[in-house]
Amino acid sequence: MVSAKRIASDFRVFSLGYLRNKFGLFFGLIFPVILILIFGAIFSGNSSGTITFYTQNQDTGPFPSPQMDVATQFVQALNGTAPDGTKISDTWPIQVELVDSSENFTKYLADHSASDGILIPAGFSADYLAGQMVDVTVYGNPTSSTSGIVSGTVGGVANLFNLQRFNGSTVIGISSTTVNTEQTQYVDFMIPGLIGFSILVSPMFSLVNISSEYKKTKLFKQLSLTPLTKMEWLASKVLWYIVLTVASFLLMVTVGVLAFGAHVTLTVWLIPFLLLGPTLFASLGMLVGTVTKNPETAGVIGNIVTFPMMFLAGTFFPISIMPQYLQSIAHVLPLYYIVEGLNNVMVYANYTGAVIDLAVVGVITIVIFAAAVKLFKWRED
Amino acid sequence: MISIEVSSLKKYYGEIKAVDGISFTVNKGEIFGLLGPNGAGKTTAIEIMEGLRKKDEGDVKVLSLDPWKNGYELHKKIGVIPQEFTFFEKTSPREAIRYYANLFGIKADPEEILNEVLLEDSAKVMFENLSGGQKQKTGLALALVNSPELLFLDEPTTGLDPNARRAIWEVIRGLKARGKTIILTTHYLDEAQQLSDRVAIMNLGHIVAMGTVDEIIAEHGSGERLEIHGSKELANYIEANTELKVEYRKGMISIPLEQKIDALAALAAAEQSKLDWGEIHTRRDSLDDVFIKLVSGMVDEHGEMIVENKPNNSGS
Repeated sequence: MVSAKRIASDFRVFSLGYLRNKFGLFFGLIFPVILILIFGAIFSGNSSGTITFYTQNQDTGPFPSPQMDVATQFVQALNGTAPDGTKISDTWPIQVELVDSSENFTKYLADHSASDGILIPAGFSADYLAGQMVDVTVYGNPTSSTSGIVSGTVGGVANLFNLQRFNGSTVIGISSTTVNTEQTQYVDFMIPGLIGFSILVSPMFSLVNISSEYKKTKLFKQLSLTPLTKMEWLASKVLWYIVLTVASFLLMVTVGVLAFGAHVTLTVWLIPFLLLGPTLFASLGMLVGTVTKNPETAGVIGNIVTFPMMFLAGTFFPISIMPQYLQSIAHVLPLYYIVEGLNNVMVYANYTGAVIDLAVVGVITIVIFAAAVKLFKWRED
Repeated sequence: MISIEVSSLKKYYGEIKAVDGISFTVNKGEIFGLLGPNGAGKTTAIEIMEGLRKKDEGDVKVLSLDPWKNGYELHKKIGVIPQEFTFFEKTSPREAIRYYANLFGIKADPEEILNEVLLEDSAKVMFENLSGGQKQKTGLALALVNSPELLFLDEPTTGLDPNARRAIWEVIRGLKARGKTIILTTHYLDEAQQLSDRVAIMNLGHIVAMGTVDEIIAEHGSGERLEIHGSKELANYIEANTELKVEYRKGMISIPLEQKIDALAALAAAEQSKLDWGEIHTRRDSLDDVFIKLVSGMVDEHGEMIVENKPNNSGS
């Protein structure tokens, strides 16, 4: 009953119409690339990357000898230089900005819209040398991502000085690396997420829109008067969104590699995800279009389905940073398995995990596709 | 040969009786006009015949098929322009015809069809840029792709300017000349009168009149009547001084003539009254008159016209 010829002719008309519509092309191809550029630019490691750290040193001495000015050495250490003059680390995250001791420090921070700072009290050096407990005050905004880095760094520097005071030496050092064999950057983790995003958004929104719009303008009635069947109609849309997804995938990977030096593993394992993903979300879009009466409601329901899925499925942020109940929600979202699968394939080379993800996605796709074809009516009772 | 047979067809939407027991047949090769005001039930009826809607009760056979159950088969044999026809915006008429030909799995020459609907000049224009008339012609072209023997045209000229309407009429006449059977719905009387062999007038889900235009006028219209521009006083005078039935409405005295000689009696009475009177003429009801009568609530529950004797005239 299913005719490849009818699917092909519907595909031709639809794809031509799509290509002639500049907005659709922008949304399908250019928009994901813009996202890659934006996210890549925000998170790429070669930014200045250092946090400005306002420092007020109230310990003005007097110091019998320069060696006794521990406060200044502490400030230098905060800036990444150990008391012995060596660099503590190649990638020092903070940069000290000295604040004159006459300033009201709290007010100064507020005036500079700054949240990170440290106040070294008067008598700091003398107390340190005498072995007396002395506190520095660290200012930080717990909601800011920089504050953790700052308090960690200050803690490290303070420990360094504490050890030195008692002639201790550093035994455990830390060198950082990531799980992959190659050096992996944020952009490498980001690309699978953004591919997941484009697999979701473009087919989903388009099909919600098309199926409600065609219903309103009676185009479905029109088509129902031809031998074209609902399944053939949906199949041709699915085919087109597979083509679009593959094109968008290649474009995103190219931009990721050229602009940010991303490491992308291209394997045949990607193919089933690029086939199943658009099939799943095009069908889901059609399904949403069926339950709604007009394009406006369809748009709203489409958004209600799409946006939470977009954010909760690990597209932009790894779900491991989410609270447990949100992670549980993520596990029922089909997009989660696509993004996780893409990560397994492209980043971790974990093919056992990918097979499980594929199986889940495959089952959901078959169910949604069948439901969409079954429930969608193009004529009325 | 009968193309369509409808008997006691009913379709209710909750309390609304969209189609309430209509029966008619359409013969092969004729243009059958379904005429009625908006909301009369024309589109519901036509969509049931096309297999796009399910009937509630009654029998419908289109080309000997049940349109709802055998829709897929039926659709290969009919052509349809739905009301307010639209198509893919970024597709040209020529591409649309090719597309339909592929869907029907037939070889069709786009140029020939475009010529037939007088659309050769706009073959490559995207649908969204076509004028209203050209869009309707595209719809007609698509309805013709599968060489249907039966065509459903649901308000094919609604919203078009007079020239575009006449162009569509030309196309429809051409189709009839080639032996197609056509069901046409319209709320334009002139369109029904110009194109249809037979007309059914629908109102509130009923067929209130059916036949050729002349038959309908003969059956539901008044016969010849004498009309005199004059006052109510004059109307009363004539009625009092003759055996004639006299109606009066807004400065117009109207006297049904059972025989031509009645006119003479009426005029003699008018002259005798010494009252002023203006223009006189005789006329028959047009389809317009009949239509207005039939659809303006002057229909009883059986779809029969209620005969009006004395609209505004209190007699003497």
